[in-house]
Amino acid sequence: MRLFRWLGALPILGILVGVFFANRIHPFVLGMPFLMFWIVLWVVLTSMIMFVVYKMDPSNHGGDAE
Amino acid sequence: MNVALIVIFAFLLISIYLGIRAKKGKTMNFEQWTTGGRSFGTVFVFLLSVGEIYTTFTFLGASGWAYGKGAPALYILAYGCIAFIISYWLLPPIWRYAKENRLVSQSDYFVYKYNSPALGILVSIVGIVAMIPYFVLQLKGLGIIVSQASYGSISPNLAIWIGAISITVFVMISGVHGSAWTSVLKDIIILVVVVFLGLYLPIHYYGSFTQMFHAIDAAHPELLTLPDKGMSVYWFISTILLTSLGFYTWPHGFTAIYTAKNERVFRRNAVVFPLYQLVLLFVFFVGFAAILQVPGLQGATEDLALLKISKLAFPPWFVGVIGAAGLLAALVPGSLLLMATATLISKNLYKVFRPRATDGQIAKLATYLVPIIALVSLYFTSNGGQTIVALLLMGYSFVIQFFPSLFFSLFRHNPVTWAGAFYGILVGEIVVVYMTVTNTSIGSMMPFLPQAVKDLNPGIVALIVNIVVMFIVSLLTRNVRVSRHGTASVT
Repeated sequence: MRLFRWLGALPILGILVGVFFANRIHPFVLGMPFLMFWIVLWVVLTSMIMFVVYKMDPSNHGGDAE
Repeated sequence: MNVALIVIFAFLLISIYLGIRAKKGKTMNFEQWTTGGRSFGTVFVFLLSVGEIYTTFTFLGASGWAYGKGAPALYILAYGCIAFIISYWLLPPIWRYAKENRLVSQSDYFVYKYNSPALGILVSIVGIVAMIPYFVLQLKGLGIIVSQASYGSISPNLAIWIGAISITVFVMISGVHGSAWTSVLKDIIILVVVVFLGLYLPIHYYGSFTQMFHAIDAAHPELLTLPDKGMSVYWFISTILLTSLGFYTWPHGFTAIYTAKNERVFRRNAVVFPLYQLVLLFVFFVGFAAILQVPGLQGATEDLALLKISKLAFPPWFVGVIGAAGLLAALVPGSLLLMATATLISKNLYKVFRPRATDGQIAKLATYLVPIIALVSLYFTSNGGQTIVALLLMGYSFVIQFFPSLFFSLFRHNPVTWAGAFYGILVGEIVVVYMTVTNTSIGSMMPFLPQAVKDLNPGIVALIVNIVVMFIVSLLTRNVRVSRHGTASVT
């Protein structure tokens, strides 16, 4: 199952397509204008998604090759 | 001698010490010098790659963009995310191939993959032409930061000389080991300084982030969203795409990939990197805070927003710490740039014409080239003028042209031939030069197009031309080979 790879596409869509809908000032979220909040949200989500990808990727399993 | 100056010099001395000490216990040969013997773990590879993001541009440019242009600056935060997602799958195969074939430069990669020294020469020349202005930009930034932070007691020129000499010394002695060790100090101090500034300034001047953005919303609402024309949503998307693809095609960033000791290092970094990028958010906060506090900066002086507001808010010793952070921000990427340029000249240009030169001679030549390249860059820094600005604008578009042939080289059956790669890159570069020199935009070439297309980053045009030429030439040269071998109907 290589489906987990497609998770990596989510932030790309969230940022590149999402910006059409997120390009606005209001409402303020966490003290930031909406567009800024939207980008920051996806920065954080990217880390979380890549963590899931890392954990599901079989090439990271097994002993540390260090 | 003021307090700020003493602080800056103390940090400079520590970083030179770390840079020289890094050599300890290593027998320096060419592979050690450029790739650290492919022995670096997650932390060092991380810091070297971050060195690419947190340059003097972080200090001056990113805060200046937030100050002068507002929301469009967010592209810097967004493109990193996408670059790191791509890196998870892009970097391991590159690293593996480099290790198997003991590659030391980016051009080596193209020479081996496409079995073509000619392609290597083209990639080297383009790389050098892109990197020297980038190094000059780092030196210029260093000069501005240090002279501002020392309250003018050091002239920008003197600061640039001191910076360039420091980089040259530790690069000649320790190679990439020096860059790695210096980057430890650099990242700690940048992290602390930037996060502190980003939290303190908005709260000190406005009470809270919300209040700061409400104040900006009242005075300059246009700075908080992307405009309808110009730096519009379409500009934003195309710029993010271009810059994220170009992130790993800089020759010095490419060589940093080789330093890893295994491929898992990259996958780990892809998880941590995006979060670490949030440091940039605090840089933006500083720029936004400066909008209403130090109004009136325009054009090139926008880049001084961070330093101006800091001098307004802090005592000299802390301004010195900020100056030291800016100095270090130039040292690490500067050292990688110098090393990559020297390697390209000796290994991928000199060696091609003098194939009998031994590895030892190539290594020695690369070391001696370091001060020479530094001197040439110093000359451009004080005498470059407009040319250097134009080159700089082209630099990013230059290296992005490597991406298509890099991407297809990862396929088991690469549809691109060496000639396709060569002419694709060459024509792509010519388009970049033409568009920059004549100041052509998509709108001026094709005024009938809708606004959305006109706002696209002009670099996209060169990339598309590159890809088209690459495939046409590949198709033609493939057929030639097929007919020569007399095999019919091969795809």
